[in-house]
Amino acid sequence: MRDTRPTVNISFDGVDYEGYVGESVLECARRNGVTIPSLCFLEGLSVWGGCRICVVEVAEGHRLRPACATQVTPDMEIKIETPRLRAYRKSVLELLFAEGNHVCAVCVSNGKCELQDMAVFSGMDHVRYDYQAPRREVDASHPKYVFDPNRCILCTRCVRVCDEIEGAHVWDISYRGEHAELITEMNRPWGDSLSCTWCGKCVAVCPTGSLAYEGRSIGEMEHDPVMIKRLAVARSRGEWLDPEGAI
Amino acid sequence: MKQASIATAWLGGCSGCHMSFLDMDEWLFELADVADIVYSPIADVKEFPSDVDATLVEGAVANEDNLELALEIRAKSRLVLSFGDCAVSGNVTAMRNPLGDPQQILQNVYVEAPDRDGLIPNAPGIVPPLLPQVRPLHKVIRVDAFLPGCPPPADRIQAALEALLEGALPPNRGEAIRWG
Repeated sequence: MRDTRPTVNISFDGVDYEGYVGESVLECARRNGVTIPSLCFLEGLSVWGGCRICVVEVAEGHRLRPACATQVTPDMEIKIETPRLRAYRKSVLELLFAEGNHVCAVCVSNGKCELQDMAVFSGMDHVRYDYQAPRREVDASHPKYVFDPNRCILCTRCVRVCDEIEGAHVWDISYRGEHAELITEMNRPWGDSLSCTWCGKCVAVCPTGSLAYEGRSIGEMEHDPVMIKRLAVARSRGEWLDPEGAI
Repeated sequence: MKQASIATAWLGGCSGCHMSFLDMDEWLFELADVADIVYSPIADVKEFPSDVDATLVEGAVANEDNLELALEIRAKSRLVLSFGDCAVSGNVTAMRNPLGDPQQILQNVYVEAPDRDGLIPNAPGIVPPLLPQVRPLHKVIRVDAFLPGCPPPADRIQAALEALLEGALPPNRGEAIRWG
């Protein structure tokens, strides 16, 4: 199907591209095969704009903007690979690593982790900040899944997928600032949840080893975030609706 | 020509990084042709020598002995490398940090755990006291380069040593810095 949306001319790092009115800088880049790193963004879910990994420079005023939450405008000159942006991305990652207890060596997602991959991409060979070493209890009360808040980066993918796709809204963020944490229902153990449907979408989208299948050992947990795009696309096309209209 | 001098040291870690060092196999012979290993847990040397060109430090700084050796290494080495995830980040060694007071941890492990004899090891001068928090090496001394990995694969260590022998710092981009 041909896209009939009105277009605008934009550029990424000095190279001209065509953007659609209404699409985000990140969408436009991905569609054109231009890499903008991101972490909390997930195709098929609403935009959160929380992780700040996808920040770009927009030439006028050199203000930093999250590519996922900024719409393309005519003649926008977007910078992605500048020394300043590389430095910011690395700082953001170091802060994420310093905030929780991310021990790759003993993590279920070791080698299959978006946070770990982003550290490689961003050139993070050590963390300059002091590790906070917060004390966080693992919730293994659910029969099928385990939640380890030590590995959580508060990207809210699980919150969004549970609310927007599954419609259960089991997950939420509680408390503020450095005390912010992911909770299930009214901060009760996940296993006691009455609203959880056991669908596993939260586990599928988790970028780290924070949400995993029960019984997984080091490096054994593979997530499937692309599943959400498949669901969202199929749903938008009404693929599961009975053509006769019976359902 | 004077051979390059290389040291390796073992602080709070499992020695897995040194196992990986040995995994360089026959390249160790080539290394021995161009460099002297002047101090290492796998060489019988008691005192850390002066004027070391580069020291690879495995492990985090977890106790008073680690701290003392780290300071001595810095004073006597031209280049210091954090060798493996424990030195780089604290890693597994630092997993006690969220639990707080080390005395309480020793109490839990040695006294309250049912399969122990109920005594906290106490041998002044032999068993070093634990520091309040486990720290990555670069939080204690200046570190010149980082070699993440748990353990760093042998080819990554070899690439780092080859760079050092040519007077350069180890590669620090791409897969060369993958943690875990």
